[in-house]
Amino acid sequence: MAINLKQIAGEKDLLAPGHRACAGCAGASILRMVTHAAGPDTVVGLATGCMEVVTTIYPYTAWRIPYIHNAFENVAATISGVEAAYRALKRKGKIDKDIKFIAIGGDGGTYDIGIQSLSGAMERGHNMLYICYDNEAYMNTGIQRSGATPLGAATSTTPAGKKIPGKQQHRKPLTEILVAHEIPYAAQTAPHNFMDLMRKVQKALEIDGPAFINVLMPCPVGWRFPENLSIEMSRRATDACFWPLFEVENGEWKLNYNPEKSGKKISIEEWIKPQGRYKHLFAPQNQHIIGELQNWVDKRWNELKKKCGVE
Amino acid sequence: MALNRISSDGHPLMFVQGNEACVQGALHAGCRFFAGYPITPSTEIAEGMARELPKLGGTFIQMEDEIASIAAIIGASAAGARSMTATSGPGISLMLENIGFAYMIQMPIVVVNVQRGGPSTGLPTKLSQSDTMQARWGTHGDFTSIALAASTVQEVYDMTIRAFEVAEHFSTPVFLLLDELIGHMREKVVLNKHDNQAVVKHAFPEIPPEWYLPYTESLDLVSHPAPFGKGYRYNMTGLVHDRAGFPTSIPAEITERLETLRNKILKHKREIWQLREYYTEDAKYVIIAYGSAARAARGAVESLRLKKTKAGLIDLKSIWPFPDEPIKEILDRCNIKSVIVAENNMGQLIHPVREMLGGSVKIASVNRYDGHPLEPQEIINVVKEEIYA
Repeated sequence: MAINLKQIAGEKDLLAPGHRACAGCAGASILRMVTHAAGPDTVVGLATGCMEVVTTIYPYTAWRIPYIHNAFENVAATISGVEAAYRALKRKGKIDKDIKFIAIGGDGGTYDIGIQSLSGAMERGHNMLYICYDNEAYMNTGIQRSGATPLGAATSTTPAGKKIPGKQQHRKPLTEILVAHEIPYAAQTAPHNFMDLMRKVQKALEIDGPAFINVLMPCPVGWRFPENLSIEMSRRATDACFWPLFEVENGEWKLNYNPEKSGKKISIEEWIKPQGRYKHLFAPQNQHIIGELQNWVDKRWNELKKKCGVE
Repeated sequence: MALNRISSDGHPLMFVQGNEACVQGALHAGCRFFAGYPITPSTEIAEGMARELPKLGGTFIQMEDEIASIAAIIGASAAGARSMTATSGPGISLMLENIGFAYMIQMPIVVVNVQRGGPSTGLPTKLSQSDTMQARWGTHGDFTSIALAASTVQEVYDMTIRAFEVAEHFSTPVFLLLDELIGHMREKVVLNKHDNQAVVKHAFPEIPPEWYLPYTESLDLVSHPAPFGKGYRYNMTGLVHDRAGFPTSIPAEITERLETLRNKILKHKREIWQLREYYTEDAKYVIIAYGSAARAARGAVESLRLKKTKAGLIDLKSIWPFPDEPIKEILDRCNIKSVIVAENNMGQLIHPVREMLGGSVKIASVNRYDGHPLEPQEIINVVKEEIYA
């Protein structure tokens, strides 16, 4: 089923307005796109994280579809149970509706504490989609580093100062880790490209078996850029080849957007420049870290192109 | 950190949060290793350690979850570092298996619990004292735990240092039970008034490595396994083990191991017990409380005294092992009519109080578990009910 923007624009949002997301939050836009693509017959589970908190402030909920929150480390296991119960009911003829299951977690709940339950759910092969909204740190508790925080970024547990210049490690290649699970579908997307995002969600839900989508979620509060730049920061991340848009379907790698081909490629510096979390990298003694980050991006980009058969 | 000033007797002063005072206390006690994971309302402790430890050549690691955090500090302690983690209820729940391991291998660690409401995700930003019993009985098996507490920011600083002293002395995990109110409240703190050497690192074994048995208890029953990396090679396991550290199924050895784990603490519990008394000399109504509940109780006692009601307070600084003997001594001394247990939970501390008094004194309770601190008036009302009862 193709995405029809005109039709979506007329549909009722399944994530109601009035939630408490920050000004300029890309996450709220991501969730709206996800729910539009998934439709009303969907059960959503959310791990502890900012999107869980802002959408369900007692006594309100922004969710117009069934929603469950359990704890921080187990959204994939929780949705595994819900999906298994659904299959049992279906087998016994007690339910005949087709229902989709989506587990959603932030990068803390996915890259770090939740990776065990995610890995287990993917291996068991539940018919579910896991979506990671990756804002590259623990924003809910006040910007602590995560396994998704890039090299050099200042967070409250990797503060940039005289002793350390921000985070000292590169980020974890989570999408590739999920590809290594040999699940039928794994993809990476970003909110500025709404057609790509919604198409991937639909495709992942149409496929029988477990699927994973990693969505970059620029965060004005945690990355320290003006609120009106969230979508621009998403676009620049893909143009800088820092966050390539790709999908892996049954082992076949496909690059969905190539900024080199469209002549839009930018340097990593152009992406990090407006972000306060990288401010210290522009001091003379730290500039080599920008070079290191660029080398890492180049290396990974070239590897990805090879996997996708792109020259 | 807040602006430093100097107290009249020459010590630096700070106006900080309880969580920041905990950081300062830990650093003063010689803590040089912290592994943790963000969780409200304890995160400021991790953030403070992340900022301060690199300056002192110490190590801060943010781990991938609480299970990894507690494992990392046990590992650091086994290598001889003074180590700590800080979290809240859900984090403690994840850490409990490894805390049991630390009891078993007799590893000194400090675990700070800035309590929030539970169960499960509960009330992340609101206070609670509902992990009181968790600190006693949390992990599985027979064991005896140590838990300390604080009701002012100064005490957070003092009791953090004390937690390291006790952990080192008994070679065992020590809980420091704070709560959201104490962790986030700002008060004046006098730093460095304790001797820097207060926390004694146990003497390195004198016998040669090949003769060394890590779990041969000294006279005080405490074993201090030698830090790894200095040539003392031995087995460390969560299985019940013999004196060499190897798993055993010999009944006499099993009994010896489990009994020493208990007796090393219970035979020396007087060294751990700590409490503060307010107006107890002639009190007829004694309130027992700790942490933020004790602050409300203090307010209640002061108001009641202004109205000539003989109320008093025992503010516990050590919770486990429960300080029954010193409390009884106080109660025996005063003209007791009833004991009131004030807690921010559905009634946990009241159990050891009941066990201690065994029906000899009337016990009333004040409980609040809606995420808000107890108010002095709530306690006053219960004391008044007792007066007219």
